[in-house]
This record gives sequence, C-alpha cells and structure tokens, in this order.
Amino acid sequence: MSLAGFILRRVLIIVPTLWVIATLTFFLIRAAPGGPFQAERDIPAAAKEQLLHKYGLDQPLHRQYVHFLVNAARLDFGPSYKYPQRQVREIILEALPVSAELGGWALLLAILVGVPIGVIAAVRHNSTVDYASMGIALAGVSIPNFVLGPVLVLGLALGIYLLPPALWHGPESRVLPVLTLSTAYVAYVARLARGGMLEVLHQDYIRTARAKGLAEPVVVMKHAFRLGILPVVSYIGPAAARILMGSIVVESIFSVPGLGRYLVNAAFNRDYTLVLGEVLFYAGFLMVLNLAIDIAYTRLDPRVELA
Amino acid sequence: MAEQGLASEHPASLWSDAWKRLRRNRAAVFSGVFLAWISVTAALAPWLPGMRDPTAQDLKLAATPPSVTHWFGTDELGRDTFARVIHGGRISLMVGLVATLVSLIIGVSWGAVAGYRGGKTDEIMMRIVDILYSLPYIFLVILLLVFFSRSIIMLFVALGLVQWLTMARIVRGQVLSLKQQTFVEAARALGATDAAIIFRHIVPNTLGPVIVYTTLTVPAIILQEAFLSFLGLGVQPPDASWGTLVSDGARVLALFPWLVIFPGMALSLTLFCFNFLGDGLRDALDPHDRRDVA
Repeated sequence: MSLAGFILRRVLIIVPTLWVIATLTFFLIRAAPGGPFQAERDIPAAAKEQLLHKYGLDQPLHRQYVHFLVNAARLDFGPSYKYPQRQVREIILEALPVSAELGGWALLLAILVGVPIGVIAAVRHNSTVDYASMGIALAGVSIPNFVLGPVLVLGLALGIYLLPPALWHGPESRVLPVLTLSTAYVAYVARLARGGMLEVLHQDYIRTARAKGLAEPVVVMKHAFRLGILPVVSYIGPAAARILMGSIVVESIFSVPGLGRYLVNAAFNRDYTLVLGEVLFYAGFLMVLNLAIDIAYTRLDPRVELA
Repeated sequence: MAEQGLASEHPASLWSDAWKRLRRNRAAVFSGVFLAWISVTAALAPWLPGMRDPTAQDLKLAATPPSVTHWFGTDELGRDTFARVIHGGRISLMVGLVATLVSLIIGVSWGAVAGYRGGKTDEIMMRIVDILYSLPYIFLVILLLVFFSRSIIMLFVALGLVQWLTMARIVRGQVLSLKQQTFVEAARALGATDAAIIFRHIVPNTLGPVIVYTTLTVPAIILQEAFLSFLGLGVQPPDASWGTLVSDGARVLALFPWLVIFPGMALSLTLFCFNFLGDGLRDALDPHDRRDVA
C-alpha cells in the first residue's frame, strides 16, 4: 500500500473513532446525576429556566446531541458553564501552551537522558553499569510522581530554598515540575532503549558488521541504533500525547495552570462543555500523534508493512 | 511447549526451567519475599499483636515525629502512622489484586475468542480494543468517579475496565500462533467444542506472558488507585489507602514530612518489587529471551 493510501485510510478511521468518543462522553455526562447549575439551586425557577435556555439544556436530548456534534466538528464547544464569559476553545488554547511547555521539556529530558543510559546499559550488558542503571531506572518507574513531587519540594524548595515550591513564573519555577514529570519517562525510555538494543545486538547483521572489522562504536551507533531505538519511537507517540496534554498530578502539586488541572476542576465543577471539549481535543491529539509515529516507524524500519 | 515431553526421559518442563532461572535472580527472589511479607502483614493486620488501631485518635500525641513507640510518628489527630500505613496497604493491595483479576478475566477471554475465531469476529473485536485504546481513559475514569459514585466497587470496575486492553492483545497474539498447532487440530478432531478448545487447550498455553503481564498490571493498578486517591476520587474516609495517606501527608508536607515519607516509601517499595518480580518472571518465562548466553 502506498504511504498516501495508508494515511488516508488512517484518517478515515480517526473520524468515526472521534465520533464514538464524542457520543460516549456526551451521554455519559448527561446520564450523570446532578446538573451544572447545582450550586445555584436556590435561584428562582424563572432564572434557572433562563439559564437552561441559554445553554440549550431545555431542548430535547437528541437536539442537544446533534447541535453538539455539528458544533464540535467546527471545534466550537460553546462557552464554559463555570466561566460563562469564556469559550471552551479559548480555555484550551490558553492552557495548552503551558502544558505543552512542561511536557515538552519533560519529554526532551526523557529522550536525551533515557536513550543514552539504555544504550550504554545494553552495550555493557550484565555489567555493573547495566545492573546499576537498570536498578535506578526501575526505581524511577516505581516512584509515583505524587510521591516524588512532595519529596523534591521538601528537599530542594523547603529544605535549602534553592527553588520555588510552586507556581509558574520564571525559568526556575520550571525545574521541579519538569523533574517530577520526567523521572518516570526517563526511566521507562532507558528500559525500552536497553531492551530494543539488546534484541538488535544479537542479530546476524550485527555479527556481520563486526566481522567486517567495523569499530564497535560504528556498529552500535550506525547499525544497531536505528532498529534498536524503535521501541522508544513507538512509545513516544502515546507518551507525548499524555505528557503534552498535561499531567494532572504535577500540575496540581505545583499549581501549574495547564490542561490537566483544568480537566479535573471541570469534572468536579460539572462544567460539561469544558469536559467534552477537553476529552475530544485530547483524543484527537492522541490519534494524530499516533499516526505521525506510525509514519516515522516506516521511515526507520523499511521492513514494516503499512496495514 | 507441546513437544517438550518428547525431548528426554526427564524433561525439563518450561515451568521447572523457569523456576530455576527465577531462583537465580536474587533481586526477583528478594522482591517476591518482600511482597509475600507485606501482603501477609497487611492481610493479618487487624489481628497482629501490638498493632495499634489505625483510627484511634490521641490528641495529646498529635503529630509527633517517629519514635520508639510510634515508629513512623503520628498524624495531626495522633493516629499511629505505622498502623495506618499497614492498614493502607490492605486497601491498596486489595484494589490492585481485585481489579487485576477483573482485567485478567475480561482480557484473556476477549483476546482468546478474537484470536481463535479470527476473520470478521477478530476484526470487530480488535477494532473495539483499538478504539478503547484511543480513549483518554484516565479522564473517563475521573468522570465516572466524579459523576457517579466514589464507592470502592466503582473503583474496581473503572480500573479493571481500562486495564484489560493490553492483556487482550497479548493473548490474541499468542492464540493466533497457537491455534495453528497440531494439538489444537487433535482436540478439534476429537470433537471438542470451541469453548473447550479455547479455555482448556489454548489458554493454559498462554500462561507465561499472561503471568508476566499480570504481575506488571498489579502495580499499575495500585499506582492508578493511589493517583485517584491523591485527587480525592479513590478510597473514601474512614478507609485509607497509600494514595490517600500520601495525599493527606502532602498537605502538611512542610510541617510533618514523615506523613508523606513513610506511606510514600511503602507504596514505592511495593511497586518497585512488583516491577522487579515482573521483570524477573519475564526473563525466566520467555524462552525466546535466553540472553544469558551472550
């Protein structure tokens, strides 16, 4: 199959998938007990009716659904219930750069630190370096970020006043959130890189390369690396979507005004429009990224068949 | 696996072989021992001699640092942190095990049926898995818990429901190759029903990867429960899991750091050991992965 055909087919799958997600989330939210204006329960009936009317909530459910779908297709999710003067799209577009910056740094750190560690561990397989770095990597995977975050704050912010413990102003405020968010990713990337490289380093074509008398660094970096890194590449797609959309925990611990924090607050506030917008946005983002990763995959490994 | 019995008079079965390899892995053995110890301690916590009541308050002893009488210190209400950590482990481990069981049952059945039936059935079933994969599931879990109920049952369901997808994929992959093998053909020739072939003959042969993945699912679920509890969505008071304890402790971090450090350590150490054991099991059970020769 040609690359263009492959992309077209995948895009054609994305649309119905997004529709399923939109439908599911829409009805899940409508099925939930309690409305968005629960806090204003004591307001007069007329005012409440007006409020419901304003958001189209007095219309029959199927009307609301169609209305929502049509608007969602135009990326218009209406005004937020909680902050009526603001559009959902506006809120998302405002919070996204914050989350993306936090996530981008964390992802960059994960690749720049994780990949070399994994490659070195694989090359020095079964050595002390291998055991030590994999032990540390496993610890990194195992320590939850909501434990790591407070501990880092305790040590670096409250203990020695080196860094600000929270908020999102100035470059030094980035350090702790990025460290907290990236640790698990660094560790996981290191494990994947090691696994992938080990797999490849035992293959025949590597033996051939060595037999030709190539220097070991050339064998590792030119011949093995390209294939050995594939597990990392396929992990980066979903990881990037997750990490760029913001970490709920890290954003709450450090009071970072990103998407993750908005989503949790929106759910607690029953801010339907904001929740729907965020969920759809996230799902779309995830699928587009996965597609991009699949394309990158075929570039790295010519054996991969497009399906 | 099927033909191993023919290899010699006293065949080294996959299992005894794997067991031998696992025992040589000291880190995995230590992890297993630690997990066994913490599970038993947590399970028996209410009946252990000298174990304090985790809900007993003593305001005279509020927020004392770790000492000989209170190993992990006490919280703002004078409750013994050690007792709370052990009892928190009861909940965390139980959630991890039960939700893993839920995901195991759904995932194995789904993957086995899809792989065995093949064709259109497989196409549809795996397409559903693909779609579910692209759901922002942690958001959906949050929505479920916020909108409906924060009961522990809901937690089991929500966590189990999102964790079975990978299991289904693993099992399907295994079944696809297993169903071509002669022992399946033999079973079919003997007139075994599809259900019997799937669950009596094929599924037991997928156990290796399933065990490995299960071992890695337990910590993943414990972590997610802790994460939800951290957001205030998981286990509700008076019950407390490790996640709740860390969450409560994080609020008074600057004043009483031991309230974060000890539950955090218990949680991290448990996750660490599960991951180590899972890694060890993978090395021991995956016959394609005998890299120790290199």
